[in-house]
Amino acid sequence: MHNATIKSLSDGLASRAFSSVELTRHLLSRINQLDKKYNCFITLDPDASLKQAQAADGMRSTGAGQPLTGIPIAQKDIFCTKGWLTTCASRILSNFKSPYDAHVVERLKAAGAVTLGKTNMDEFAMGSSSETSFYGPVRNPWDPERVPGGSSGGSAAAVAARLAPGALGTDTGGSIRQPAALSGVSGLKPTYGVVSRYGMIAFASSLDQGGPLARSAEDLALLLNVMAGFDPRDSTSLAREREDYTRDLGRPAKGLRIGLPEEFFAKGAAPGVVKAVEAAVAELTKLGARTVEVSLPNMKLSVPVYYVLAPAEASSNLARYDGVRYGYRAPEYADLADMYRKTRAQGFGAEVKRRILIGTYVLSHGYYDAYYIQAQKVRRLIAREFADAFGKCDVIMGPTSPTTAFRLGEKMGDPVQMYLNDIYTIAVNLAGLPGLSIPCGFDGGGLPVGLQIIGNYFSEARMLNVAHQYQQVTDWHMKAPPGIE
Amino acid sequence: MALTLDDVKRVAHLARIAIDETEAPAVLAQLTGVFALIAEMQAVDTRGVEPLSHALDVTQPLRVDGVTESDQRELFQSVAPHVEDGLYLVPKVIE
Repeated sequence: MHNATIKSLSDGLASRAFSSVELTRHLLSRINQLDKKYNCFITLDPDASLKQAQAADGMRSTGAGQPLTGIPIAQKDIFCTKGWLTTCASRILSNFKSPYDAHVVERLKAAGAVTLGKTNMDEFAMGSSSETSFYGPVRNPWDPERVPGGSSGGSAAAVAARLAPGALGTDTGGSIRQPAALSGVSGLKPTYGVVSRYGMIAFASSLDQGGPLARSAEDLALLLNVMAGFDPRDSTSLAREREDYTRDLGRPAKGLRIGLPEEFFAKGAAPGVVKAVEAAVAELTKLGARTVEVSLPNMKLSVPVYYVLAPAEASSNLARYDGVRYGYRAPEYADLADMYRKTRAQGFGAEVKRRILIGTYVLSHGYYDAYYIQAQKVRRLIAREFADAFGKCDVIMGPTSPTTAFRLGEKMGDPVQMYLNDIYTIAVNLAGLPGLSIPCGFDGGGLPVGLQIIGNYFSEARMLNVAHQYQQVTDWHMKAPPGIE
Repeated sequence: MALTLDDVKRVAHLARIAIDETEAPAVLAQLTGVFALIAEMQAVDTRGVEPLSHALDVTQPLRVDGVTESDQRELFQSVAPHVEDGLYLVPKVIE
């Protein structure tokens, strides 16, 4: 059961082959057995999960079942879930029981999905390795001495280790796609504004976007069908007609124009990664797609631009954590100002503090134009290049990450090395475009490689179609890590 | 322009994060590395380019100016560090 896709589990539930209670119990017992090794979950509440499963079985029996009814889904611990601890993997929220549900959580509940647990991540989603969590690092099921990627590392590793059929993530600079790549699962970051940010703890609001992780493109489509939709409580949520993201899955790849930017294959990408990605593109050309050269010369500026914009927005968003209304408060302090300083010094980890300091600096008096405004101008140049490229192609392809999974601790001492990990994903967030990552093979060391597919605004259905067609003729996405049966 | 220890202290004060004397040099070293990365973007000629804050050409949606929230003070204060009689308690600011 735990190896199955959401699609086949949904069929199994519909035909009464098993119940949601049985499925949920099975996954909870696997988590109980295996998660000591991976540390994917921060919070579990088996009673709450099983109660939802029971209700889902009830929905199915009255004929009110939808595709996700009774499917257990893990939620990144950045999504507020009513009555559940919602920590964002930070000490400062380590005692925060959310009084409300995020929009995405509401929608999943309405569809009858089961909350399987809250997954581990980089603190406040700031990281590319899931090592900055207050709850300890997540380990990669393909090699527990390596990182699963981040920041949605707990979600990606839970899907990879067959602890959950699907999971929620968020992606500010690659935090869905990069862990999906490093952990050998599929993950999608939608167009900015497609999924509501309401109740999704804010990091960098102009870039944050929620999305699904799962085993297949078809499963991503099923999850996005529920997650997407207008929500007036998020001022950047887009009022659009509802879409069925599964509608184009069966469309042949014939005639597809794949843009290949040379910048994605230049020095910096590991040979094993490039080889697997080129093989994936070749597979699609066999299906009738053709390749086009495109150019994104300013993509290299996306990392420096991001490390102005994201910390600036984070320093403002994280000003709310002061130990007054919720969360951690330092046990000892002299006065109010001292309470703020100590609460924040003790409550935030090193990476979060670093980004708050960077953000505070670039927004401080006299520096705003030189940093924030300049970064927003370069951001426009980057977005324009994508617009030009999409004049010549339907999708852009390249590696999701320059390397496969690296060792725990390898990049923790050097923030800049860690930041450069997201060189292929960040530009997509800056432009607000949708991007997805699917498994496309392994490097020489047996570690999974991710193929990134970037689409034009609102072309999620087309991107999922391309990924699905690839997954019809390959089986990389169904491979399980060694020792996991 | 090189970042100094005074900058670190000034910014830490603005951000209300306590950083002690022993940590400050290490913080400075890491921030210096990040700002060296950021300098790559500062060299770009952006004359005549408009700043981009949202990629899609959308306008701010407005809603009717009506009450949308109910009173949930007790629920919200149930997760507060320190409350009394419906008020959040903090150290005394004015004597």
